[in-house]
This record gives sequence, C-alpha cells and structure tokens, in this order.
Amino acid sequence: MESCPECSSPVSAQDRFCEACGRNLRVQRTPVGGPGAQWPPMCVCGGEEFDADGFCEQCGRARPSARDRVEFVLPGVAGVSDRGKRRQRNEDSMAFGRVRGRGVAVVVCDGVASSERAEQASQTAVDTAVDVLLTGLQSGSDAEVATTDAVIAANEAVSRLARPEAAEVAPSCTFVSAVMTDDSATVGWVGDSRAYLVAETGAARLTTDDTWAAQLVAEGVLTEEEALTDRRAHVLSRWLGADSGIEAPQTVTFKVETPGLLVLCSDGLWNYVPEPEDLLEVLPRGVTPIEVARELVEVALKAGGHDNITVVVVQLRGGHGA
Amino acid sequence: MALEFAVEVFQNEYLPEGAAEVNAIVTVTATGTAADVAPVASADAAEVIIVDTSGSMRYPPTKLAAAKQATAAAIDTLRDGVRFAVVAGTDTARMVYPRIQALELAGPRTRAAAKEAVQRLRADGGTAIGRWLVLADNLFAVHSGGPKHAILLTDGENQHETPQQLARVLDEVAGSFTCDCRGVGTDWQVSELRRISEALLGTVDIVADPQGLADDFRSMAANAMGKAMADVSLRLWTPEGAQVRFLKQASPGLLDLTGRRVEAGPRTGEYPTGAWAGAESRDYHLCVRVKPAKVGDRMLASRVSLVGPSGEVLGQGRVLATWTDDTVLSTRINSEVAHYTGQAELAEAIQDGLEARKAGDVGRATAKLGRAVKLAHESGNTDTAKLLAKVVDVEDPRTGTVKLRARVADADEMTLDTRSTVTKRVGKG
Repeated sequence: MESCPECSSPVSAQDRFCEACGRNLRVQRTPVGGPGAQWPPMCVCGGEEFDADGFCEQCGRARPSARDRVEFVLPGVAGVSDRGKRRQRNEDSMAFGRVRGRGVAVVVCDGVASSERAEQASQTAVDTAVDVLLTGLQSGSDAEVATTDAVIAANEAVSRLARPEAAEVAPSCTFVSAVMTDDSATVGWVGDSRAYLVAETGAARLTTDDTWAAQLVAEGVLTEEEALTDRRAHVLSRWLGADSGIEAPQTVTFKVETPGLLVLCSDGLWNYVPEPEDLLEVLPRGVTPIEVARELVEVALKAGGHDNITVVVVQLRGGHGA
Repeated sequence: MALEFAVEVFQNEYLPEGAAEVNAIVTVTATGTAADVAPVASADAAEVIIVDTSGSMRYPPTKLAAAKQATAAAIDTLRDGVRFAVVAGTDTARMVYPRIQALELAGPRTRAAAKEAVQRLRADGGTAIGRWLVLADNLFAVHSGGPKHAILLTDGENQHETPQQLARVLDEVAGSFTCDCRGVGTDWQVSELRRISEALLGTVDIVADPQGLADDFRSMAANAMGKAMADVSLRLWTPEGAQVRFLKQASPGLLDLTGRRVEAGPRTGEYPTGAWAGAESRDYHLCVRVKPAKVGDRMLASRVSLVGPSGEVLGQGRVLATWTDDTVLSTRINSEVAHYTGQAELAEAIQDGLEARKAGDVGRATAKLGRAVKLAHESGNTDTAKLLAKVVDVEDPRTGTVKLRARVADADEMTLDTRSTVTKRVGKG
C-alpha cells in the first residue's frame, strides 16, 4: 500500500488522485521555489538566535540560506545542490518530477554570476521548464518539441525578471534538461551545464558547451588543452535571459537499451571531472541516485568547491520502466 | 522630543581571505525642523562658566578684561530659565555667582547680577584645574536631566596639581557634563587642555588674541543652548571573540572614544557622545577585529545603535564583512574610510612633528610636518594647510617637501597643535 505524499492517506497504485486531499498522484515533483532547507536553522557556531536581519546573535554570521544545501529524492531520481566553499550564494537551481507510468523530467540551471538576482533567474527557469516537460510527459507529446517549448517558456519567464534600466545585468542562467521515458531519453541545453550518460560499459558526454572557447575549438582555432586554460573558457555564447535572443536549445535523443545513470550537472562539478572517464572514476557503484549525487558533490567540495555545485542523477532501466 | 536620528554606514564590506579587520565610517545625523525641534525646555539645561583668575591673568591687563567681557557675553546668551553659575579658578575654586554653591535660574535680574559679580573679579593665585572641575561637577550633581555644559577658560599650566591628580578628577567627572576648553595667550599647555576636552567630550581651541574671546564664548553658549538631547551613546554589538580596535569621532573633530567603553550586556558596549542639537551630523570611524570566516561567508561585524538617555534606540546601522577571493571586490577602497584614516594620520603627523621640533630633532620634524603638508593638500584640508604654512616653508605640497621655519610665533605653533584634530569632512557622494 502506498500513501499520498501530501496528506499521507493510504492510496492505491491505480488512483489518479488522492481520495482524501485531491492531490494529483500521477505527478510528483520538487516544490516550486525550491526544496526547503535540509538542516535545522542553526548557525555553524551552534547559535540558535538570529536578529531581524538574519545574523547570528553569537558569532555574527549570516543565517545559512535554505538554498545553501538542497537535497531532494523521488523514486529513480535524486539531486543535490550546494553553495560550495567560495561563493556567497547558491545561484544554481534544480527541479525534477515524475509522471507515474510515463517518465521523468529534470532541469538544472546555473545562474550567471555577473547578472543580477541570478538565483531567482535559475529558480524561475527550472520551475517553468519542468512544468512544461511534465505536462508534455502526461500528454505524451514529442520530447524534443517539449524541450524546445520548455526552453522558450523558461527564457520568457527569466526575461520578465529584467529591469529595463539595467539591461546589461539582466538576470540570466544556463539550462540543461532531460526527459526520460521507458526506452528513450532527450537531453536539451543552452550554455555550459552538462549531461553525462554513465553505464557499466563506459561513459559519454551528451552535451557540447555553448562557450566561446568550445566554439573556437569546434572551428579549429584552439585545441582542447588550450581552451581549458583560456580565460574565455567559461564565457557563455548562449544563455537564457532578456538579452539572450534564444529560440531553441540544442537537443539530442537516444535509445536507452541498457541500465545506467544519467547525470545532469552545473560546471561546479564538471570543472573537477571534465572528461567522461574522470566522472566514471569517481562514481560510486551499487548505490541509490541520492548517494551518487551526494558523493559527486563531495568530490567537487574536496577539490575546492570554487563554484556552486548541482548534480541530479536519474536511474535508467533500459526498457524496464522509468 | 521630535528629534530624529539617522545612522548610515560607509564601508567596503568585502575582505580578502583571512583578513580580520573591518573598518567603517558611521554617520549619525540628527534632524528635525526648527518648528518641532525646540531645544530642551530651558529649565532642563545647565551651564557653568569657569574663568581662570590666577595671577598670570593680570598680564597683559587686557587678558582679564577680555575674559570678563567674554563671560558677560556668554551670560547674555543664556535663555530665561536655564540654571547657571560662574566659577573662578585659582589653586582652588570659588563661587562667583551665585554666592552660595548652587545653580541660579537665568533671568534679567540674575544675568545682570552675575555680570556685576564678574566685573569685580581680580586675578591672584595659582592654577589647579582639577579643583575647578570638581566644583562644577558638584554644581551639576543636584541638577537632574538635560544637557549639562561647562566653558573652561585658562591661560596657564596646571601648576598646583600633579597630572595624576587631574587624571583622577577627569575619571571621576567624565560623563556627568560636557566641557569646551579655551586657552588664552600662549602660556598654557595644548596637550593638557586637549586631555580635558577629550575626557569631557568637548572642543579645545586657542584664543591667541583676547579680543576674540567674547564672540567665541557667545557661540559656545549658544551652541550649548541649542542642544535638544543629552547623554546620547553609541552602542556597539560585536560578535563573540571580536574586539573593538577603536571607535573615534572623525568629524567635526577627532575624538578617541575607545577607552570610554562601558559594558552593556553580552558582546555589547556603550560609548558616550554627549548632547545633540536638532541639526547636527557627526562621523565616527569604527574598526573591529573579528575572527575571519570562510570565503563566501557573510558576517555582522558590528551592530551600531544610537541610544538615548533612557536606553531607547534612536537609530541603527550594520557593519558587515563578506570574505571573497574576488580581488576586484576586496581591494576596492572606501573613500570615507580612506579620507578619515588620512585625517587621523594628519593629526598625528602634526603632533609628532611639533614635538620633534621642540626637542630639536630637525630631521624627524621636517619629515613629519612634510607628511602633514602632503596629507592636508591631498585631502583638501585647506585650513590645516594654512596653519602648517606658518610653521614650515612649503616647497611642494604634492610631495610634502618642506623646510622648518627658523622663527615661528608661539601662537602659530600652538594654533596648529590645537587645531590638528579639526578634520575636513569627507565629501559624500
């Protein structure tokens, strides 16, 4: 017997809605606005009292933000988002959901640090996009079309956050999404957040970064090694926001034939494990998606945690039901 | 009382990794229109005028005459209903008006009687300023509430008391009244009067020419009459393990308040600022040493509250610290902090330079006063630059290239020393 995630009343596997509270039981997703804090609102010094502005009455540190460390788990998919060790705020956001019997949708966005209210940009983008993707899963529409719709909707939502008088710092973010059904997966992206496919047999990167450096490599102007050390390595050539001019993401769709993991992440992780082989080497085996996500975030933190780190891990069953 | 206070903080909150020192300029501004900020009811204010009548006041004869005239001018400035007294100081202290040891109510009759009593003053005897202050303190002690202000005029050194005796008195009376000090002539000690005025949260100045005294007294008394709230303090909360390295009034003049801390609860201390008028603005330089947090962390380095006489919070500001590895942020110079750091260094350079000059150390004096010329020039402190030019020949103000003048009038040297702590206010914007 299962129970309603909203009110804990018993529900049966066939129920579309909870008899008690009316909740849609087919769709489960991360809360809009982001999952809440994962620890008691206590200061690192142990202090529990904060002033009206949120500073600890004992050591003066700002109250940890609910966004500093976020974890969320659904059946077959889980994610962790962490502020890292050097940044003042966590400007990454993640949203994911599951439509029972249909599939899973995931979105990760990384707020552009040089834009204003970057965390609002990324949170707005993931919430808007995952809505579109979950609706698409429910209605059975084409995943690539849904992905493009999701990017357009997210881009419009983020663009609305801009102040006309401050166009040069309009809130902006990257985007990477995945839609998984029984036997296929569609990945879409704008910017330099990435998706990797990891299976027993090996690993592969599914995305190509929308950065000036990557573009120069593609055009043969720079080599891969030169690009990594080039100061333009992280300068985005495409992003979401009022000044982006984005009409569609890049997408890739592939058949899922063997069990494995799909890993979506921000550059806070892949900076430390850029190549698929690097990722494979640090990937824990035989554990649940949330443990994989936690361990990968830990790898990035141990390596310095210079940026925000977000990792969402999806279990792929290879034709055996998402 | 319709006096409103605003507390503003100017700082660069970004610090490089491991940095522990947080600097900020805290600007406190009291506002209110003339209509709704009447100065305190006259009966609440108290004024004591202390006139040096030691033997030296006889020479030149204009000195005592000018002091009498100035005291009369100050008495005329007192509003009806103010409590006041005049004290004569020698190696002891004696009531001039009223005759008994008490404060008198100002009015047409008492003001006239007081001026008459002042006219009868004769100069004879020594100088023991501590005793004058003790008498003033006793007079104020029976007065409840309202701004208590004294004017102290002297022309000589505190000869009939040891510095330790004076220090003990200052410790005792500090906080019960404020006192502006004036030195007339050139036979008094700048450092001595500065110590008194600092302890009693007042100003110090030189009146080299006795003719200027009356105007000066009138304006000091008027200033005291304009105060609308007494006994205002700055309350600083700092995090556990942090220390207030210093708290200095930086404008209108330098006044170090660091040693005046009174503990006021956990991690909290209060520093007296004296009385405030309805339209007054002061700048304070606060430096706090905190335990550095991690890069990316943000900390409240100090909560600055302005507190009224009965403990009510009149205004509040926050001094923050955010550690970053972005050097563009952490190396940004806050112009307010830089300006007042420079003004404090300017005052120190002048005082050190004059001391070296007196000791005959030409090299050190030239270097210090040259540095002062450069700092005064850079910060646009033209008043101080003019005073410096009377003590040194300035060859190039930009580099601080100077030569000591062979002959310097005592009055010029003392004026420079006395006014070294007068700062130029930072241009906000």
